[in-house]
Amino acid sequence: MALELRNVTKRVGAIQHIKETSLILEPGHFNVLLGATGSGKTSLIKLMAGLDPMASGSIHMDGQDITRLNTQKRNISLVHQFFVNYPHMTVFDNIASPLKVAGMAASEIQGRVEEAADILQLRPMLNRRPHEMSGGQQQRCALARAIAKESKAVFLDEPLANLDYKLREELRDQLPELFSGRGAVVVYATSEPEEALLLGGKTALMNDGHVTQFGPTAEIYRDPANVQAAQVFSDPPINTALIVKKGTTAQMGVDVAWDLSGDAANLQDGEYTIAVRPHHVLPVATHGCTVRLQGRVQVTELSGSESSAHFDQGHRSSWVSLSSGVHPYEVGEMHDFYMDPTACYFFAADGSRVA
Amino acid sequence: MKKRTIVPIVYILFLMLPIYWLVAMSFKTTNEILSGFSLFPQTFTLDNYKTIFTDPSWYWGYINSIAYVSINTVISIAVALPAAYAFSRYRFLGDKQLFFWLLTNRMAPAAVFALPFFQLYSAVELFDTYLAVALAHCLFNIPLSVWILEGFMGGIPKELDETAYVDGYSFPRFFATIFIPSIKAGVGVAAFFCFMFSWVELLLAKTLTAVAAKPIAATMTKTASSAGYELGLLAAAGTLTIIPGAIVIYFVRNYIAKGFAMGRV
Repeated sequence: MALELRNVTKRVGAIQHIKETSLILEPGHFNVLLGATGSGKTSLIKLMAGLDPMASGSIHMDGQDITRLNTQKRNISLVHQFFVNYPHMTVFDNIASPLKVAGMAASEIQGRVEEAADILQLRPMLNRRPHEMSGGQQQRCALARAIAKESKAVFLDEPLANLDYKLREELRDQLPELFSGRGAVVVYATSEPEEALLLGGKTALMNDGHVTQFGPTAEIYRDPANVQAAQVFSDPPINTALIVKKGTTAQMGVDVAWDLSGDAANLQDGEYTIAVRPHHVLPVATHGCTVRLQGRVQVTELSGSESSAHFDQGHRSSWVSLSSGVHPYEVGEMHDFYMDPTACYFFAADGSRVA
Repeated sequence: MKKRTIVPIVYILFLMLPIYWLVAMSFKTTNEILSGFSLFPQTFTLDNYKTIFTDPSWYWGYINSIAYVSINTVISIAVALPAAYAFSRYRFLGDKQLFFWLLTNRMAPAAVFALPFFQLYSAVELFDTYLAVALAHCLFNIPLSVWILEGFMGGIPKELDETAYVDGYSFPRFFATIFIPSIKAGVGVAAFFCFMFSWVELLLAKTLTAVAAKPIAATMTKTASSAGYELGLLAAAGTLTIIPGAIVIYFVRNYIAKGFAMGRV
């Protein structure tokens, strides 16, 4: 049982919204679509839901071709970023609506709605109308509708994006549990790398209308296949720079150089782009962080347990350092930062990962 | 009393004055009305109302008016709902122009259409029927309803449609059981305006009817010319004409405020 996309494309007029995409999405874990706004996550979900026509390709559910099947007959659920409920119905009727449409017996509907309402703590609110509830409750109502339906595929299109911070964390922790053991293919679109990591499962990185990399989330985080993948899957943004490799040394600008080891040392001499995550650039020389960089601190952010600093390196693009604990920076001061050379990704001129 | 309370009170008094005058006249005899100025009816009489409720040529005027107004309102809303949905949800060639063109129908005076309608309806034997007036009024009411409903529909996110399809609703079922209830305020406002326009419109209603479907407004004008000045009777008829509008306004008063806020009314 799986949802399979084969060479799917979508175009509106002359613009290609989804470039040829093939994916096999399986039940049992979250399938996260991770990409920036406008990268095609929602477009792809709408294709899978049958809400938008495809230009070419086919979609298969459990080996059955559902390309030409109406949305209504696909047996799917969809939760939007905005809290979409039927405004004139009570919460109970909202959760029950797909079951009623399917012609289920009233007693069974009662049971399913109550079960879903219990899971999402909506029991006391079953007689309210959506506009009488908070945003978090409204979104839980939408989720309850998806759960009660017990459909084959559940599409969650940035369901937490419009919730406030606390609620988002709470609901995000619940989500994997909500759908585990239900046998549905769960597709979750988000623009936040952190969410993808917390939800686990598999991640498809989306960039400019196509999937750049697909695999187990942790693996993709560790092994980005190209520059875009490394950039999408990093928050704060990943640090990049041009280096020249000669022999076993990497030369970054005129001032920074270090000895290469491992795969990177075996690369052909020439120019490469390196990318290094902010938490591998620290304000103190510890563990592996040995390569000294100098920069003028531009912006600093404290998030309680972490300190980040954006620093300007003159002729190079500015970088970000992310360290745990509270580190006192002064904006405008020159500060030393230390990079872990073994944590660098190397990319060739075409963006593909080489080491 | 403060100035801010006096001003609205004076304003409302001035607004109500002609209506009071009409109601007061309806309880006077025609002689009293003609004999001079009196603030209250000197000889209070219900004869005017009695005449209206017993004389078929009077009360049939009301029945006729209510009949074609109801038919018109139903047709206008039934046609405008799908049209407004199309304008609100789909992009098609010339959609904006067509939408504007609909509105321009309201810019022409009714007199322009009186002759063609008269000729056409006579030819197809619709003349002097409820349907004739109801259809003629559609010319103005459908564009207005489409305009109002489109505004309300624009406030419903397209995601609601998508959610319903995903939940298994067919389009007709979604439209009837989810979409229309979601914009019921808009339907109420549109129906109200159809009702009011059709109720007060005189020229087309008079031109397209003779006896069988003669509206109350036409009856009133004829009485004024033929049997001298029966002012008391006319005032009573006028008072009764206001009542249906007042009742409808009472039911849609909250919705209309919403419509005004959206700039579509």
